[in-house]
Amino acid sequence: MKVYRFTCIVCPLGCSIEVKVENGKIVDVTGHTCPRGQEWAIEEVTSPKRIVMSVVPVEGGALPTVSVKTAEPVPKDKIPKLMRFLAGLKLKAPIEIGRVVAEWEGIKIVATRGA
Amino acid sequence: MEPMPQIPMLSYDVVVIGGGPAGMAAAVKAKELGLNVLLLDENDYLGGILPQCIHPGFGLHYFKEELTGPEFASRLARRMVELGVEYRTSSRVLEIRNYSDLEKVVIFTSPAGVYQAWAKAIIYAAGARERHAFEIGIVGDRVAGIYTAGEAQTLMDVYGILPGKEIVIVGSGDVGLIMARRFALEGAKVKAVVELMPYPGGLARNVMILKDFNIPLYLSHKVVEVRGRGRVQRVKVVKVDENFNEVPGSEFWIEADTLVISAGLVPSVKKLKKIGVEIDPATGGPIVNDRLETSVPGIFVAGNSLLINDLVDYVAEQGELAAEAAKEFIDKGGIESRNWVKVEKGENVRLIAPHYLSGDRDVHLYLRVARPMEDVEVRVPEIGKRLRLPVVKPAEMIRLKLKAEEIQKAGEKLTVEVVGA
Repeated sequence: MKVYRFTCIVCPLGCSIEVKVENGKIVDVTGHTCPRGQEWAIEEVTSPKRIVMSVVPVEGGALPTVSVKTAEPVPKDKIPKLMRFLAGLKLKAPIEIGRVVAEWEGIKIVATRGA
Repeated sequence: MEPMPQIPMLSYDVVVIGGGPAGMAAAVKAKELGLNVLLLDENDYLGGILPQCIHPGFGLHYFKEELTGPEFASRLARRMVELGVEYRTSSRVLEIRNYSDLEKVVIFTSPAGVYQAWAKAIIYAAGARERHAFEIGIVGDRVAGIYTAGEAQTLMDVYGILPGKEIVIVGSGDVGLIMARRFALEGAKVKAVVELMPYPGGLARNVMILKDFNIPLYLSHKVVEVRGRGRVQRVKVVKVDENFNEVPGSEFWIEADTLVISAGLVPSVKKLKKIGVEIDPATGGPIVNDRLETSVPGIFVAGNSLLINDLVDYVAEQGELAAEAAKEFIDKGGIESRNWVKVEKGENVRLIAPHYLSGDRDVHLYLRVARPMEDVEVRVPEIGKRLRLPVVKPAEMIRLKLKAEEIQKAGEKLTVEVVGA
């Protein structure tokens, strides 16, 4: 049996969660105080995901970059590839906050600053 | 006192100093309450540090959804514009003068020249400054490549410049941890996070970041020296014992081209000190009553100038509270003097604000503990109040709500203590 220990990142409470895995199957989750934490811990073992943020150069804006985030959490192992994709992006002002500025493997990239 | 005739004069009900979340929330609220407001900020854009905090995690309490820093800032800025709040960026406050309770002057420079803004009340929301390398005892060469975390963040996340390739971070508070993730995501190698205390300084969820990127965390260690020619080349790290004394023979060098200092924030209160505002040495911010009014009547303070907060939501909440208080101050010609209930620090409470309570209204006390503890109660023995918490850490602010009727039960003072449950 394998035991994974995490600090939950769903909210600032930061519960210490333990997930027990036997033959690739989750047998027990303990330490969480809410269902969201439990769900997150299971996902953290089976397919961990993160929201990814970065900045992209923008031409003609008030600032030289616009900040972006993924509209949904991205599988952790795909993050380096996504970052390389973002590093190749160039945008032109005007950009309104909230606009989808690109899409990568079906994941929307959203501007989090205006430019 | 006469106005200064040579400097153009403006007149307002309230001048808000600082265009970050505390200042913007204050300006919005003051305008909604019908006050004539001017907001000043020395940056060339609104938002304070938020536009550079591009990570998510903001706004869960205040806007009931998770936003990034720029998104949080833009909501407040948009509201300011909708309401027609007058604001000036690239405007630096030179001096505050306090002529009388309802006559105050803020002298500021702006691209259009120097002005004096008269106001009945001032809301001071100028934020905090970062502690720098010399302040934490790092010696060695004065070379390029030493930044505070905020400077590095501005370079990377506003101007799009990666500050270095091989980075050592001093301090494992939230800012240091979040910067570690940003550097790693952008392709820099974070060689170490060095923390003086025996435990990490940041929220547990941010400590997870280090695992995500396999970044080593050295607890009970400090950076003592930096060496390089022209640019940082290596930094010296040494282990410390429980009294923070260096352990002889434990030193080692880490090769790096960049040192990022994330050693905590200090409220910016210089201009308040100059006009005699009393400062609490524990918070580093002013001593305030439950209207967030300082010891100088009509000068209110909110956000990280009051005390270092860990959630922007609380900062915005303080801004609104200060605006409501300014409204009361202007309408009544002052905040009523009375026998305030004094808030005292008990067992394992390192700092707490506000310092004086009226009992007229419900209040949020913001406090931090001195050392981490598990399974505790936050207690106010004078009124029998108890709040049970699974864990407390110095990095995590505790927000304790007291109801007006509870405060009324206290005598001259109430003590807040954090003790084993």
